[in-house]
Order: sequence, then C-alpha cells, then structure tokens
Amino acid sequence: MATRSQSSRQSLADAEREFVPVARAQSVLDLIGNTPLLEITRLTAGLIEPDVRIFAKLEGFNPGGSVKDRAARSMIMRGIESGELTAGKVIIDSTSGNTGIALAMVGAALGYPVELVMAANVSRERKKIIEAYGAKLIFSDPMELSDGAIRLCRKIIAENPDRYYKPDQYNNEANSLAHFETTGPEIWHQTEGRVTHFLAAIGTSGTVMGAGRFLKSKNRDIKVIAVEPDDAMHGLEGLKHMASSIVPGIYHENELDSKIPISTEDAYEMVYMLGQIEGMIIGQSAGAAMLAAMRLARTLREGTIVTIFPDFGDKYLSTNLWIGWQEWRQEQWRERLAKMIG
Amino acid sequence: MEVRVRVPTPLRRFTGGKDEVPAEGASLRAIIDNLETRHAGLRERLLDDKGEIRRFVNIYLNGDDVRFLDQLNSKVKDGDEISIVPAIAGGR
Repeated sequence: MATRSQSSRQSLADAEREFVPVARAQSVLDLIGNTPLLEITRLTAGLIEPDVRIFAKLEGFNPGGSVKDRAARSMIMRGIESGELTAGKVIIDSTSGNTGIALAMVGAALGYPVELVMAANVSRERKKIIEAYGAKLIFSDPMELSDGAIRLCRKIIAENPDRYYKPDQYNNEANSLAHFETTGPEIWHQTEGRVTHFLAAIGTSGTVMGAGRFLKSKNRDIKVIAVEPDDAMHGLEGLKHMASSIVPGIYHENELDSKIPISTEDAYEMVYMLGQIEGMIIGQSAGAAMLAAMRLARTLREGTIVTIFPDFGDKYLSTNLWIGWQEWRQEQWRERLAKMIG
Repeated sequence: MEVRVRVPTPLRRFTGGKDEVPAEGASLRAIIDNLETRHAGLRERLLDDKGEIRRFVNIYLNGDDVRFLDQLNSKVKDGDEISIVPAIAGGR
C-alpha cells in the first residue's frame, strides 16, 4: 500500500505535520482525502455578519465521489490488519448508497469481492455506479428503508458467517477514526486553527464524531454540532433522524454541543440556491448542512464555521430532489433565504 | 370504496405499528382525508402547505406512481392497493 493509506493510520502528531496533496499516485486509495475547503460568500453576503465566515469541505472531490471513501478505506484496511478480512472473503454491508460506492471502489482496488444490501428505492445512478465497480447488489424492502437493509444483511451473514467480512459502518469505530485521523486534521490545517464551529449532517455519525473529537482535542472551545432531519418521515437520503432510528453504536450524543433539525423541503431549496448562486451542484445532505450553517451564523457576531458537503449532486438528478424545482424562482432567492434562516 | 394502504416504517407510529391499514374514499385525496381521521398526523407528513404531495413522498396506486396518473385526483376503486414510499433509504 502506498503513501496516503499509510498516512491515514499515522499518529495524531504526524497528522498535524504537513498536508501535501498527492500529485502522483499508485492506487486510487492514495487519492482519498485532502479535499478542498471552499468559502461560501455569494449566498451569505449581507445575510450574516462580516466577521462570520462559512467554509464547506467538498468531499465530492474524493475518487469515489463522497466523504464515505474515507471510512471505507479505514474500515477495510483495519479489517485486513486485524486478520478479520482475509483473501477469499467477501466484503458485505448494508448501505444507503455512498458507502456502497466507496466499499465497491476500495474492494475493487484491493481485489476483494463486494456485496451490498440496500433498500430498492435508492437512486438509479448509485446502483449503476456500484455495479460498474463489479460489486453485487441485493435489494431489501423499500418500505423498511435502511433498517430493512440492516436486517436483511444480518440474515445473509448469519446463514454463511465464514464467507463474509462486514465493515459495519454504524458500529465500527474505524469509521469515526478515519475522520479523527484525516478530516479533522485537514480542517484544523486548512483554517489555520481558526475554526470555531464544526457542523456535519448525521447518517452513521462517523464524520461529526471523529472530526469533532479531533477538533476538540486541539481546542475544547470548538463547538461540534450535528445536523439531522426534522422528522422520522423525511427525504434526506443518507441521513438519520436519531430519535426514531436504530442508533449507531459509534454515535455518542454527549459529545455534541447541539443538534440542528432541518426540513427536507428547505434542504432541497438550498441545493437549488447553491447551484444557481454559487455554481455548485451538491447533494441534499450538503443542502441540509449549508442551511444549518447559515442558521448558526445568524446567531454569531464572529466565528469560523466549517461544514461538510458530503458529495456532489450528479447522483441525484433522477431523484425526487429535482421534482418541481423549476417552480423555484431565482430572482426571489435572497428574500426566501432570509426567511429560511430566520 | 375501501382500499388497503401500505405504510412505511417512519409513519407506523401513527398507525399503532401497523404496516397496512384500510381507508375509504373515491379518490386519493379522499383516501388521505380519511386516513387523517383514523390516524391523526398522517396528512401533514404526506401533503405540503398547499395540499400537494410532498416532494420526497412517492405514492403508488396498484404499483403506479400517482405523479404519472392524476396525482391526488387519481380515482380509486374497491380493493385497490396504495403504497406510501419515502424517496430515501436513510432513517427508519
């Protein structure tokens, strides 16, 4: 394994030393992480105090197209190191999409077969991408959503336990550790230690837990905030409404300073705004994160807010996210946004 | 007209945990009104402020997406099956 995947396991002290983007790599795994931070300025101008800045970490620049590349590499490398994942075993997991893509990519790059259990209603683009990496898809009942996929995956493994290695993103600390070792240090470095608030939307909660833990280890005054759907019935793919869900084992609510609930419709509208005002098409979880960041910014006189845009929006073009978006009126966006952020 | 309505996990807290409930009405709109009288709270999860189907909610009538039928005015008949499916895989 080449340099970057070794660096993903580096010590905390090493993590602070240097960030040099990879110019030439020997494996796609070496290209994971070191994503750019973009300051959001056009959307926020005149709506937040001049000394409050909002930065988005663009995880869509990862080779598999999402933040999940980090967790997938971390979980699989640790599975190999611990001896749980050996040659001939199949990597299996339940996933709502991006983790599936990431596991399929890492599996392909390392030569392990991958099988993924997902609710049949995940977006068409995601299914095709996963198949293009050579992974096998198994569909669970769409009425049961991701919890149905979790249950079906458990059943398949129980029938043939020696055949599979399950990274188990919801309960594997290697998921949050990936963010403790890479995402968190990158944010610290990219803001030159000025970050005051870190927000991330929660699905497994790996990003907010791991990166949040690192940032608090550098400066305990940094506020760590989770963004979640405002109701059990929501349309924010990949995100979990914790109060009504099977709570991930890696989720430790006591480490959060607060949570910001976001409605599906508002998050979708933020996606339209970012496309037309900032020139960036992102996914709905990034829309939720950006809206939460702006709501938080409205309460501050100064501060440096960093949030995560987990992926770009190309995987969602065929989904409900874009139903009826033409009704959205660009000329009234500022008025509308002011209302949305209160 | 009595139809069967399949309910996804996040809405079963309104149906006493049931994954399928009966409802009456001649159109999808009437069915949703009737569902609300039996299971208060369901309508606002399905319809927006303007009374249209919320963007992330898919409703199927005998397997066909009602967005490609007559939306809320779609006619229903005895024994039809209506499925409510959120357009996501996250959550419960």
